[in-house]
Amino acid sequence: MTHMVEIRDLHKSFGSLEVLKGIDFTVDRGQVICVIGPSGSGKSTLLRCVNLLETPTKGQVFVEGLELTHPDVDIDAARRRVGMVFQQFNLFPHLTVLDNITIAQRRVLKRGKAEAVRVAEENLAKVGLEGKGRSYPAQLSGGQQQRVAIARALAMDPDLMLFDEPTSALDPELVGDVLAVMRQLADEGMTMIVVTHEMAFARDVADRVVFMDGGVIVEEGSPDRVIGAPEHPRTQTFLRRVLDPTHAEPDELDTGHPHRGLTGEESPDMVKGPSRHGGEGAGAGGVGAL
Amino acid sequence: MITQYVLFVVVLVVLAFTIDWPKIQETFFDFKATREMYPDLFTVALKNTVIYTVSAYVVGFVLGLVVALMRLSSVALYRWVALLFVEIFRGLPALLTLLIIGFGLPVALGGPVPGGTVGAVAVGLGLVAAAYMAETFRAGIQAVPRGQMEAARSLGMSYPRAMFSIVIPQGLRIIIPPLTNELVLLFKDSSLVSALGIAAAGVELTKMGSDFAINTADATPFVVAGASYLIITVPLGIVVRRLEARQAKAR
Ligand SMILES: Nc1ncnc2c1ncn2[C@@H]1O[C@H](COP(=O)(O)OP(=O)(O)OP(=O)(O)O)[C@@H](O)[C@H]1O
Ligand SMILES: [Mg+2]
Repeated sequence: MTHMVEIRDLHKSFGSLEVLKGIDFTVDRGQVICVIGPSGSGKSTLLRCVNLLETPTKGQVFVEGLELTHPDVDIDAARRRVGMVFQQFNLFPHLTVLDNITIAQRRVLKRGKAEAVRVAEENLAKVGLEGKGRSYPAQLSGGQQQRVAIARALAMDPDLMLFDEPTSALDPELVGDVLAVMRQLADEGMTMIVVTHEMAFARDVADRVVFMDGGVIVEEGSPDRVIGAPEHPRTQTFLRRVLDPTHAEPDELDTGHPHRGLTGEESPDMVKGPSRHGGEGAGAGGVGAL
Repeated sequence: MITQYVLFVVVLVVLAFTIDWPKIQETFFDFKATREMYPDLFTVALKNTVIYTVSAYVVGFVLGLVVALMRLSSVALYRWVALLFVEIFRGLPALLTLLIIGFGLPVALGGPVPGGTVGAVAVGLGLVAAAYMAETFRAGIQAVPRGQMEAARSLGMSYPRAMFSIVIPQGLRIIIPPLTNELVLLFKDSSLVSALGIAAAGVELTKMGSDFAINTADATPFVVAGASYLIITVPLGIVVRRLEARQAKAR
């Protein structure tokens, strides 16, 4: 049987900075994979290579047996089967919630208006937001916006969902609602790759946890093994900090070296607490070709 | 504060006594002699000014958007051609571009330009407007966060689809004030059309003003034409300022 996702010897460089240094990795249908690791370790880049928001420098990415890295692949068609949820939500602010969820159904899947609206309302109900269709994103809380973003992705009937730190930009009291929706999705058998710092979620929901550091997979396995009894010292250091941020050892403090991945050291915000990463996504400028 | 008011009054008084007011009035505000300008001032000249402006604006808008997209293309050749276009038509005097098109295009086509004077003006002033608007569009598109394009692409939209459905609508909102301002500039630049030899039916405000000035031998027709421009440009300017203020508040 073909894997849902198969990644072979994936490399990605930005200029002279090699961010992914040879990733091999498979996901089977219905599995939930949680990717954890320090800031800058390449988690987002890995996820973004799975739907080719980043073009790999080397290596292959297969989704349901189709090689996305093949030059002749119809990338728009391939992306329809892969939903993505971003840290910064990325809802379309000029459209109502309902239009956010129907626009791609109508323009890409060519669904009729009635059907698109029906699918949108189903998915809004699923994420606990029935009746919010006429609101604009700015009128919703962060947690509600993120659930709309999930509904928007689900409306395309994806076979695979990618989540890039979906709760990191949320106020703590709003995290639970989003995680509950994701947990329900997992229970329904959705194949998911989730980059997260929510260790409790990873422990409960993941079939497999992948620990990345410095552009490589350092350790992977069941949550009980990787989170419960990590073997590699880098995993141990990372988990100690995430699980008990107030007890970072003085000799483990961030040296301020820009590329910390290799030494197993984390960014300052990691020392303070696992959530709330600033970071990618919202930066203005450069709508380049994708 | 007080000294500023005093200075103002002093200047007024000096002007009041040194200027030959009757002469001024006779030269610039002798409205009796301009009666013949109506109603053609509005039914012909102002109408033509609006027609030239709008047709050049439409050309500038569409062509400017195309050039902006070329400027943002991943294909180096497109970026290069677009940059060349912008530099040329921002660098040339608008009058010269209009003359080149107005006189050159009929020769090049071996016959009259489709649309006559309006067609030539739409192309001539449209090219200039396109060069300016291209930079405005580019700024607007680049002001839209990158995540918007990524979200649209991750939903399976093609690059053009995402551009036209998601990015450009948001970018346009940001640049409505400068785009409106461009309309004001173009409205004034339409006076350059008077430099082309145009038939009576194609007369616009400035040409009409100068034709009548020759007859009346004073400058009042120019003042009348000028007031007609202001009827349009002042309200538009107010609109632009309101829009800018509203956007500044929304930030
Ligand atoms: N478009 C880009 N251009 C240049 N460098 C980039 C780009 N995207 C990411 N990087 C760099 O690649 C490295 C890995 O980034 P990535 O976003 O994948 O890390 P991450 O593991 O997701 O970190 P975080 O937990 O902070 O989100 C970082 O050093 C980052 O600065
Ligand atoms: Mg990241």
